[in-house]
Amino acid sequence: FHILFVPRRSLLCEQRLKDLGVLGSFIHRDEYSLDLIPFDGDLLSMESEGAFKECYLESDQTSLYHAAKGLMTMQALYGTIPQIFGKGECARQVANMMIRMKREFTGSQNSIFPVFDNLLLLDRNVDLLTPLATQLTYEGLIDEIYGIQNSYVKLPPEKFAPKKQGDGGKELPTEAKKLQLNSAEELYAEIRDKNFNAVGSVLSKKAKVISAAFEERHNAKTVGEIKQFVSQLPHMQAARGSLANHTSIAELIKDVTTSEDFFDKLTAEQEFMSGVDTDKVNSYIEDCIAQKHPLIKVLRLVCLQSVCNSGLKQKVLDYYKREILQTYGYEHILTLYNLEKVGLLKPQTGGRNNYPTIRKTLRLWMDDVNEQNPTDISYVYSGYAPLSVRLAQLLSRPGWRSIEEVLRILPGPHFEERQPLPTGLQKKRQPGENRVTLIFFLGGVTFAEIAALRFLSQLEDGGTEYVIATTKLMNGASWIESLMEKP
Amino acid sequence: EEYWNSSKFKAFTFDDEDDELSQLKESKRAVNSLRDFVDDEDDDDLERVSWSGEPVGSISWSIKETAGSSGSSQEGREQLKSRNSFSTYAQLPKPSSTYSLSSFFRGRTRPGSFQSLSDALSDVPAKSYAPELGRPKGEYRDYSNDWSPSDTVRRLRKGKVCSLERFRSLQDKLQLLEEAVSMHDGNVITAVLIFLKRTLSKEILFRELEVRQVALRHLIHFLKEIGDQKLLLDLFRFLDRTEELALSHYREHLNIQDPEKRKEFLKTCIGLPFSAEDSAHIQDHYTLLERQIIIEANDRHLESAGQTEIFRKHPRKASILNMPLVTTLFYSCFYHYTEAEGTFSSPVNLKKTFKIPDKQYVLTALAARAKLRAWHDVDALFTTKNWLGYTKKRAPIGFHRVVEILHKNSAPVQVLQEYVNLVEDVDTKLNLATKFKCHDVVIDTCRDLKDRQQLLAYRSKVDKGSAEEEKIDAILNSSQIRWK
Repeated sequence: FHILFVPRRSLLCEQRLKDLGVLGSFIHRDEYSLDLIPFDGDLLSMESEGAFKECYLESDQTSLYHAAKGLMTMQALYGTIPQIFGKGECARQVANMMIRMKREFTGSQNSIFPVFDNLLLLDRNVDLLTPLATQLTYEGLIDEIYGIQNSYVKLPPEKFAPKKQGDGGKELPTEAKKLQLNSAEELYAEIRDKNFNAVGSVLSKKAKVISAAFEERHNAKTVGEIKQFVSQLPHMQAARGSLANHTSIAELIKDVTTSEDFFDKLTAEQEFMSGVDTDKVNSYIEDCIAQKHPLIKVLRLVCLQSVCNSGLKQKVLDYYKREILQTYGYEHILTLYNLEKVGLLKPQTGGRNNYPTIRKTLRLWMDDVNEQNPTDISYVYSGYAPLSVRLAQLLSRPGWRSIEEVLRILPGPHFEERQPLPTGLQKKRQPGENRVTLIFFLGGVTFAEIAALRFLSQLEDGGTEYVIATTKLMNGASWIESLMEKP
Repeated sequence: EEYWNSSKFKAFTFDDEDDELSQLKESKRAVNSLRDFVDDEDDDDLERVSWSGEPVGSISWSIKETAGSSGSSQEGREQLKSRNSFSTYAQLPKPSSTYSLSSFFRGRTRPGSFQSLSDALSDVPAKSYAPELGRPKGEYRDYSNDWSPSDTVRRLRKGKVCSLERFRSLQDKLQLLEEAVSMHDGNVITAVLIFLKRTLSKEILFRELEVRQVALRHLIHFLKEIGDQKLLLDLFRFLDRTEELALSHYREHLNIQDPEKRKEFLKTCIGLPFSAEDSAHIQDHYTLLERQIIIEANDRHLESAGQTEIFRKHPRKASILNMPLVTTLFYSCFYHYTEAEGTFSSPVNLKKTFKIPDKQYVLTALAARAKLRAWHDVDALFTTKNWLGYTKKRAPIGFHRVVEILHKNSAPVQVLQEYVNLVEDVDTKLNLATKFKCHDVVIDTCRDLKDRQQLLAYRSKVDKGSAEEEKIDAILNSSQIRWK
């Protein structure tokens, strides 16, 4: 037998096999080393589901070691990154490992011209808030409602049944419709990062363009023109199919976003994020527990309230805990303990709520959001600017020195390291040329944050383009689920 | 989707031309220059052959190697002896399953293809991981005893088999651990810990790890992973991490399926050093399961006897065992509503034992009785006699919630209407009344608000010629009302 460990061999695994007495039957043991997997032109992920739990709950830094190795590979391919910035304990560890690994291979100067100007390492626990909120971009909502796995999504098939003319009573497909989602698909690349409320107008404009294109066949008179039209046909048909798919998906999403419960949930979230009534028991949460809504939904909301209040008052926390345990079962004591340990749902210590300061200094809550033509990253949550992306934005301009005080409130050290480059390779950016920053989220990243970073990349006077790397692509639900104790 | 997602890269075949590889001259050069610094223990001669060759070449080379491995190993060993290198495995080409950088680059020089599979094949002849018995005796002859802790750790990182037995003294072992920790590779740390766990007494192991935080965390994680519950609890006890001790012990209950056994296990959890709040919850958990076992046995008996009406009309869909408290209360309000406090299955008993607040109790009882369409019971829930003997309806939860639950259970309009009327907030009242078509309430409210426009608007919603329409007309025409 052969065994291929992906992404890496582990001695623990081999020990287990040994204990079971089967290790010897594998004549060939190897590993296919997958550290960073490209998901798109500007997105890489390790897809390590356990990374957040390991790093922040169990303080096991093995995933960080592999992140560091992944980064060393990136540097071997794309050149040494001259500047490393970071915020958080884990970020500090990864940077240390990188520097150490580089030292171990001294003498081998990498002669590749550096592609990246900066590396920004961010701990997930610097921004515990963002993944808890419901994402409002098109791709974010697909992930929230249906879950995107490895760029694929499974959708209810009813809307995707092929319509045949004069067809009645044909059986609807019962198997879920599986679609691949990435930027190779033109239309998807255009709408994925938009706020969902802006998607409708894009789809209708596209419909007009495609109809017009098909109508062109009437104008094609000469053989040359017809030939040209026919050559365009596959592209047009693909575009039409794409439009049909996304129109169906948008309809499915709209059913959810126009529901009363979605509105109530969003209201509660936005109240918390804008700092309203974060210190009392929230009646919407109470109602959700009373009606026994899914536990993960409830946990996301109470954690959101806790983070926006720098921890809950003991009475409020005890109340929520009792309600949850009595409604969903006492065994969830274990999950609640985990959530407390990582700082998501905890009692307020020191009696001070730091969140308003952070919110105001970093302008996390923007009242005047333009969903159609956004001017600020807060459009991805229709009002809330992701803290993590705001930190990246401010690092680029004007630099972190301007927010020293807030950085000290946020957990973990912040630091800067330089890696020397041989003189021939030092980059001199032309005026108007953008810097390229590789931003690595240690513990997971959401599609909304990715959308926000892409927004910054395409700003006229932004100054920086981003390539995003992470340990896992996730959303609030998969994140909380990874922290739950199961038998 | 095939149009958008057709792959630009062909699958790997053995006839691949190396043109993609030659395009990436830069990275290849960088990687080649690193070669010298990676793995100086290994035989560089062999390294070179596999490194620069085309995949076809390296595969045929590797086939040759495996065929003649016993022959070449003799020679190889002689060479190695003089070079003072360690490994008996050096004569075999370096397995690509290592943590060295070169193995990455091999995989990366061809974006999108799976050519690292060929590397795996080229570099690791089939014999390198033969079962224990199969190893030629000759391999043990050169087993060097001279590896320092740091070298050992480096070998472990590369995935090479390494015996740690030679580290006999405590000091040696601790030094090995120190080296492993400074390397940051969790795999290596775990390997060393497995060895220490096996060769050190519990007390010494704990004592040494107490002052080594990183290794300690790894050990805890490792013990959790392999399920060595006993040692884990001993460790927590030693470290005086009482809350974790309690929770770890409690976690085990999830693995016990049999209800009696689980109940007995939960009993052992009471009195463990949980936080004050959690202690109460654990106690409740035990008590609840204890009660559930009794109720379940009793009800199953009743159901099979077939004499009890409620069970005949609404057969149970699931057992009540291990259900949460609120679910149990609902069940009790459904099947045992009228029972006196004395029985374990009565709702009142549950309320008292678990100190269920009024709010929760009323909500649950309401849901249960509404499901059974027992509207009189619902009325009784909210009716209280005041000291004058008059009845009045009050609710600890807000009547809008009551209305929603009633509506969910398809309560008749008369019942709904009565409770919509009790909603205090006028806007909510109007909203709900309109939503649930409680015409009289809407009409009366509009009249009270003196809102002629809304009343007119509502007129179009009622059936033509109905009693409601007449009522609206009467009010609209009334001269007594001063409209807004």
